[in-house]
Amino acid sequence: MATTSDLQSGRPLVQGNHKSAFRNDRIATGIFYAAGIFLVLLLFAFAGYIIYNGRASLNLHFLTTPPLFMQKGGGVGPQLFNSIYLLILASTLSVPLGVGAGIYMAEYARPSRLTRAIRLSLETLSALPSIVVGLFGLLIFINILGWGFSILAGAMALTILNLPVITRVAEESIRNVPPALKEGSLALGATHWQTIWRLILPAATPGILSGVILVTGRIFGEAAALLFTAGMSSPPLNFSDWNPLHYVSPLNPLRPAETLAVYTWKVNSEGLVPDARQIADGSAAVLIITVFLFNFLARYLGKALQKRSRAC
Amino acid sequence: MPDLTPSGQSILRSARGSSHFLRETLGRYYATLCGDLIILLTVTMVAFITVKGLAAFTGPHPLSPLKFLFSSHWQPDADPGEGGPQFGTLAFILGSVSVSGLAVLLAAPLAVAASILISVIAPRAGENFFRPVLELFTGIPSVVYGWVGLSLLVPFIRNQFGGLGFSLLAGGLVLALMILPTITTLATDALQNLPDSLLEGSYALGATRWQTIHRILLPAARPRILIGVTLGMTRAFGEALAVQMVIGNSVRLPDSLLNPMSTITSVITMDMGNTVKGSAWNNALWSMSLLLLAITFGFIVIIKRLGPQDTKNGNHF
Amino acid sequence: MGKLSKMVSIISLIGAFYAPSAFAAGSSVTVMGSTALQPLAEQAAKTFMEKKPEARVLVQGGGSGTGLTQVAQGGADIGNSDIFAEEKADINAKQLVDHKVCVVGFATAVNPKVTVTSLTQQQLIDIFSGKVTNWKEVGGNDQKIVIINRPKSSGTRATFKKYALKGTEEASGLSLTEDSSGTVRKTIAETPGAVGYLALSYIDSSIKALEFNGVAATVANITDGKYPVWSYEHMYTKGEPAGVAKEFLEYMMGPEVQGKLVAALGYIPVSEMKTSR
Repeated sequence: MATTSDLQSGRPLVQGNHKSAFRNDRIATGIFYAAGIFLVLLLFAFAGYIIYNGRASLNLHFLTTPPLFMQKGGGVGPQLFNSIYLLILASTLSVPLGVGAGIYMAEYARPSRLTRAIRLSLETLSALPSIVVGLFGLLIFINILGWGFSILAGAMALTILNLPVITRVAEESIRNVPPALKEGSLALGATHWQTIWRLILPAATPGILSGVILVTGRIFGEAAALLFTAGMSSPPLNFSDWNPLHYVSPLNPLRPAETLAVYTWKVNSEGLVPDARQIADGSAAVLIITVFLFNFLARYLGKALQKRSRAC
Repeated sequence: MPDLTPSGQSILRSARGSSHFLRETLGRYYATLCGDLIILLTVTMVAFITVKGLAAFTGPHPLSPLKFLFSSHWQPDADPGEGGPQFGTLAFILGSVSVSGLAVLLAAPLAVAASILISVIAPRAGENFFRPVLELFTGIPSVVYGWVGLSLLVPFIRNQFGGLGFSLLAGGLVLALMILPTITTLATDALQNLPDSLLEGSYALGATRWQTIHRILLPAARPRILIGVTLGMTRAFGEALAVQMVIGNSVRLPDSLLNPMSTITSVITMDMGNTVKGSAWNNALWSMSLLLLAITFGFIVIIKRLGPQDTKNGNHF
Repeated sequence: MGKLSKMVSIISLIGAFYAPSAFAAGSSVTVMGSTALQPLAEQAAKTFMEKKPEARVLVQGGGSGTGLTQVAQGGADIGNSDIFAEEKADINAKQLVDHKVCVVGFATAVNPKVTVTSLTQQQLIDIFSGKVTNWKEVGGNDQKIVIINRPKSSGTRATFKKYALKGTEEASGLSLTEDSSGTVRKTIAETPGAVGYLALSYIDSSIKALEFNGVAATVANITDGKYPVWSYEHMYTKGEPAGVAKEFLEYMMGPEVQGKLVAALGYIPVSEMKTSR
C-alpha cells in the first residue's frame, strides 16, 4: 500500500509552506462540515416535505376507512392492513429460515464449496433488483402454480427479498456472542445444538430482533416486487370475518392485496378519485412515519434487551 | 451432511440417550437445510429467468441477440407490413446506465465527504447523530422518493430549466437522494475500519488532518469505498418505480439531461402486464429481465474484484 | 423465535401449496385483466355480491395481456381486455367468447393554453408522426408541440392509433410516455403545448378536448356513429360461461350496471350504440 510506504519512508508529509498546509486543512475541514450538514439538511427537508404535505391525512379516518369510489375523502384502511398482513406473513416465513441459515453459516459451515456457494447465493439474492424478484414471483406463483395475484404470492416474493438480510443479521449476531460462553457450555458437556439453542441464540436475540425489525420496515415500503405478485387491486373486505378460509375475510391469503406502497404509486395514475394528490401525499407520509417507527422500535428493543441480558 | 464439527462429534459420543442425539442431528439438519434452501432458491430463480429470457432468441422467429443489445429500434407492435416488430433495447440499456451513472456522480462525492466528517473529524457526533439519521433514511420506500420527484422535482425542473421536467436529470436526482444514505454509511464503515495506527502515525509525522485524510486514509480505504459506491450503483440500476415515475419513458437514446428517456426497468414495469404471455413482445421483456440479472451479476463480480470481503463487516449487500 | 413460530412457518408452507385447491371449490369467479375496466368490474362485483351473498367474484387487475393470457389458460374465469382478442398476437381467439360490456370513447386532449379547438385526421397524423412540430402549423400559437403517449402495450394507445391515426406508426423518441391516464391528464395540464389522448371519463376542466374532423367527442356523437375514436371493453370467457360467471356477466349486461354504473364511470352502454364493429 502506498500509504504505509509513505509512512515508512519517513518522507515528511508536511512539505513546503506550513502556513498554507494549515490553511488548506481549515478549508478542507470547513468543506467536510458543509457536506455533512448539507446531507443531513437535505434528508430532513425531504422527510419534512413529505410529512408536512401529508399532515392533513394523518388521522384515524384516513388510516381506517377504505378508498371511495370516484369520490373525495377515501382512506387507505385496507391498503394499510394489507401491508401489515403481508409483512407478518413474510416474516413468519423468512425469520425461521434466515435464522436457520445464519446458525449454519456461523456455527456449522466450514470453508468448503458449499459454504462458498451459500455465500455467493446470499450476495446474489441481496443484490437482485426487487423487480426481478417480483417477476420471478409472477412466473412461478401466478403463471405456473396459478394462484392468481394473491397475498400468498406477495409474501413469498417478500420472503425472497428478506432472506439474505435476515441471514446476514443472524450470522453477525451469533458471531458476536462471546466465545467464552460457548466454550463453557461445551466444557460442561452440553451438546452443540443445546449450546446453540439455550445459550447462543438467546444471547444473539437482541441483535437478531433489531435487525429483523429494521428489515421489516424496509419491506413495508416495497412495491416493485408486489406489482405482479400481490397485485394492484383491493377487493371489498369484511373486517368482522376473521376466518382465513372466507373470501371476504381480510386474512384470506388468496385474495389480491394492494399494499400502501403500491397504492401510493398507483393512486395518482388512476385519477378516478378527485383527491388523488392528497391521498398520495397522505400515504407517502404514513409510509415514511411507519418506517421511522420501525427504526425507533428496533433501536429501543435492541438496547432494552441488551440491558436485560447483561443484568442477568 | 459433511459438516460434523469436531466438537459436535465428541459431544455426540458422550450424549446420554437418543433424544439428545436426535435433537442434535435435527438441529444440525435444520440449519444445513436452511443454508441449502438459499442455494436452491437462487439457482431456481436464475434458472427460471434464464430459460424464460432465452425464449425470445429461439423458436420459429428468433430474435438476434446482437440486434437486441445493440439496436435502438424498438417497435414491438409494428405490423409485418411495416417490417415486423423490432426489439432493440440499446436505448433502454443506455438509459439505465446514464441515469444510475448520473445518480452515483451526484451522490458519491457528497457521501464520501460526509463520511469523512462522520468518521474522522467529528466521530462522536458521527456515532450519536449522523449514523442513526442515515440508518433511518436507508429504509425509506422508493415510491416515496418517486412521489416527491413527481410532485416537486419535475415541476421545478420544468420551470427552472425548461423542457418537460420528466427527464434524465429528474431520474438522476431522485436516485441520487435514494442512494446517498447507503453510500455514506458504507464509506463511513470503510474509513472507520482502518487501523488507528495509520492516523496516529501520520499525525506523529507532523501531517495536518487534511493531508492525513487525502494522502493516507482515503487511499487506504479506497477499495471499500468503491465497493460502497458500486453497491449504490447496483441499487440505482435496479430501481424500477421511482425512476419510472419521473423519467418520462420515451423511447430515445439519452442525449440530454433535460430530455425524457426510458430504462430497462421502466419498460418492464409498464409493458409486462399488457402483453400476452408467450408473444414475441412478452418474451423480449423477459429477455430484458435476464439482461438485468446479468448486469447485476456483473456488479457482484466488480465488488468481488475490488477487495476481499471479511465476512464480519464486508457483506453489506 | 421459538418452536411455535417454526411450526407456524411449516404449516403455512404446507398450506401454501394446498390452499389454492381448497379455495377453488365453491361458487367463485375470478375476473382478471384490463386496468381500465377494473373499477367498473370491482363496483359491479361489489353490488352483485350484495345481492347474492353466496357468490364470490374476485376482481384483479394486471393489464389486458394478463387477462387474455389467464382466461385462455384457465387461470381466470373472465378475462378483461380493452381490445379484441384477435388483435393480440399469440392468443387463440377462437376458443374465447367475447362479451362486450360497454363502449369507451377517446378524445384528443391538449393543454388549455393551446388555442386550437379542432384538428382534422390528417393534422393529427402529421402531429403524431412528427411532421408537424409546432402549433402554429395547424393554426395555433407559436408553441412547440409536446406529445404525451401511453405505453405501446396500452389498449388506449392501440385504439387511438387504429381509429384516429389510421394505424400510422408514431415517430419514436418524440414523446413522453406515461403509464396511466391519470398521469397523462396531469402532464397535459401542466406542460405547455402538450397533446395526448384520454378516455372521456378522464376529461375535466384541467385540460381541453379537441374536435376530431370537426366533430366533438361526445357520447351522442359516438352512439350516432359520427365520432369514430372509441372501442369496446371486453369480458372474455373460455367457451360459453356457466354458473356464477354466467350470472355475473348477465348482471353486467343488466339494467343496474348498464343503466347506472357504466354512465357514472364515463362509459357508454352497449345498448345505446346505433353503430357497431
